[in-house]
Amino acid sequence: MLRLFKKILTTGIVTENIKPVSRTEQGREDELERMGVEVKRLIDRKFAGSIAIRQVDAGSCNGCELEIHALNNPYYDIERFGIHFVASPRHADVLLVTGPVSRHMQAALLRTYQATPDPKWVVAVGDCAACGGEFGESYACCGAVSNVIPVDAVISGCPPTPLALMKGVLGMIKR
Amino acid sequence: MNDMNWTLSFERLLAAADVTVETLPPPSNNILLWQFSASDWQKLAEQARSYGLRWSAGWAIQEDNVFWVHALFEKQGIYLLTRSIIDYAKPELPSQSTVYPAANRSERHTQDMFGIKFTDHPDNRPWTRHKAWDRHDYPLRKDFAVQGRPEVITPPDTEYAFVKSYGAGTYEIPVGPVHAGIIEPGHFRFQAVGELILNLEERLGYVHKGVEKIAEGRNPEALARLAGRVSGDTTVGHCWAACMAMERAAKVDIPPRAALIRGILAERERIANHLGDIGAICNDVAFVFGQMQFTRLRENWLRTQAGIFGHRLLMDCVIPGGVKSDISAADCDAVKHDISRLRKELSDIITALDLNSSLEDRLYTAGYLSEDMAAAYGTVGYVGRASGQDFDVRRDAAYAPYDRVTVKVAMETQGDIASRLWIRYKEIMVSMKLIERFLGLLEPGDIVANWQVPEAGSLGLGIIDGWRGEIVSFVRFGADNLIDRFYPRDPSQLNWPALEKLVLNNIVPDFPVCNKSLNGSYSGNDL
Repeated sequence: MLRLFKKILTTGIVTENIKPVSRTEQGREDELERMGVEVKRLIDRKFAGSIAIRQVDAGSCNGCELEIHALNNPYYDIERFGIHFVASPRHADVLLVTGPVSRHMQAALLRTYQATPDPKWVVAVGDCAACGGEFGESYACCGAVSNVIPVDAVISGCPPTPLALMKGVLGMIKR
Repeated sequence: MNDMNWTLSFERLLAAADVTVETLPPPSNNILLWQFSASDWQKLAEQARSYGLRWSAGWAIQEDNVFWVHALFEKQGIYLLTRSIIDYAKPELPSQSTVYPAANRSERHTQDMFGIKFTDHPDNRPWTRHKAWDRHDYPLRKDFAVQGRPEVITPPDTEYAFVKSYGAGTYEIPVGPVHAGIIEPGHFRFQAVGELILNLEERLGYVHKGVEKIAEGRNPEALARLAGRVSGDTTVGHCWAACMAMERAAKVDIPPRAALIRGILAERERIANHLGDIGAICNDVAFVFGQMQFTRLRENWLRTQAGIFGHRLLMDCVIPGGVKSDISAADCDAVKHDISRLRKELSDIITALDLNSSLEDRLYTAGYLSEDMAAAYGTVGYVGRASGQDFDVRRDAAYAPYDRVTVKVAMETQGDIASRLWIRYKEIMVSMKLIERFLGLLEPGDIVANWQVPEAGSLGLGIIDGWRGEIVSFVRFGADNLIDRFYPRDPSQLNWPALEKLVLNNIVPDFPVCNKSLNGSYSGNDL
């Protein structure tokens, strides 16, 4: 047990700060800081402090899921901006949908969308969700998420990096 | 390692059992191709089983008015590809899954995609097909257009006949396809009494994206891109296997430096995924310390990858004939530095994990998969190796660059979740050593070989050990350098059925951690 506490203490806090702006870390770290502050401000104003996201894999290869997972690691720790992932669409403000919607998931995606209370936003994550990507439209895939449900924002990338995901969510909130 | 002798004695055994073998020119180096008449197909399986061959993969292709049905076997690192030719007008073949349970879902996939009927199959329900195409349409037949004839809204498949339980006090829990976490979609049907799982049935196929169909007509580069997206977490593995298959079909030898870089990429992918998995197993038993530490280590690892290889998950780094980009001396130093940092971190964290009694309480004896069961389903990778299945393509059927190093295969025999956690840790340690060896072997040279257009009809098999285990990739070229048939067999296909067995006698709340310890790919399974 002592080892465990020692490791926690020596690891310290790796979460990349949102304030004050650090002088040593350049580039994407700075970007995350600036963005984080902006996201937090908007969420506080528009969503009374927090937004709930339900992630729906509608045919993805799992690449996008890995990067969405990374948003919860201690570096990005997206919850501190008031963004958290929920287990049911009924608790969600936002649906984060990945994949070239496979036809076998089409009905499930529609039902998930219907189960999400209004007002709701849909973010299509990844190139496949944006336009069908490498898979396109076929007997097995409906292609872009917008072919199945209304989409409010698109985050492209194969897969989008955690930073791109943050930017995309910010873009959606700004609208 | 034995020489090719077992194939000779196996051939004699078949002759004694009145099974006629027609030996064909091998599709790839070191892989034999034998042809059997349809009536002998099941007898072949029986003999193979009694001779201790492992069933590895099965697929079909259409050639004009016939189907070629393939089954791939392995013993002692030597692969044997078998084939039977059946008529388009009467596509029937005796099932091998009566003998090999591992062939069960594969044959159902072939049945859904080609309309080939496997007689005496113990379970002839559809597998890959839900409702996206009609039951009398078969997407992989040549006359099926890639666009199909889909309805505006594909209805959910409500007709699938799940196993039912009867009796007082038993109840059913349907889970999915949309799960509670950030995870791929699939359906699980539990029968439970109290908290105890009596039976679990998996229903996958929700992320079927038509990978095999849309591969047809692609050029090698485009196929490599698609293969890299069969399963996003195994992008290096699948891309390498597909490229190896194409290179063998085209008789292209990749430069030694490219092989070493591929080795580094594949081992980095293994480490990245194992780090994520150990963290996720800790998370599923609410041990947040472990999850936070391991996701932190994974993020460090991915950031180095983005810096050196230009992509966090290493997508599209492997290309036909070699690799996309070279690594500089500074990159090699960064990789070495990364490894020494990870070793130091792991020595702290693993000790903390090992000494934690709450973790011990949840992981030991839970999700037990016996050696017999693991062997019966032909499980591979960490799932097989945690249950005593001592097989690793890197060691037993070594390919470049693994033929230049000694691969120590991590083993566990307890078969529980703890075994599957510790084997990941051991594999990380082995992979770090391998990367260091590969870096030491790097010499200046080309990183891509010149491509040669293969003859129409050239076959290639790529078999490598991805982070989940043995990946088999089959490629057949048509005219003009274009792909006629591509079939990737993800290791998950062999491991998924084991989940139905290892959850038995566990409680329903332990299902997530059981599932995570196996971590099958839905996308790689559904294709």
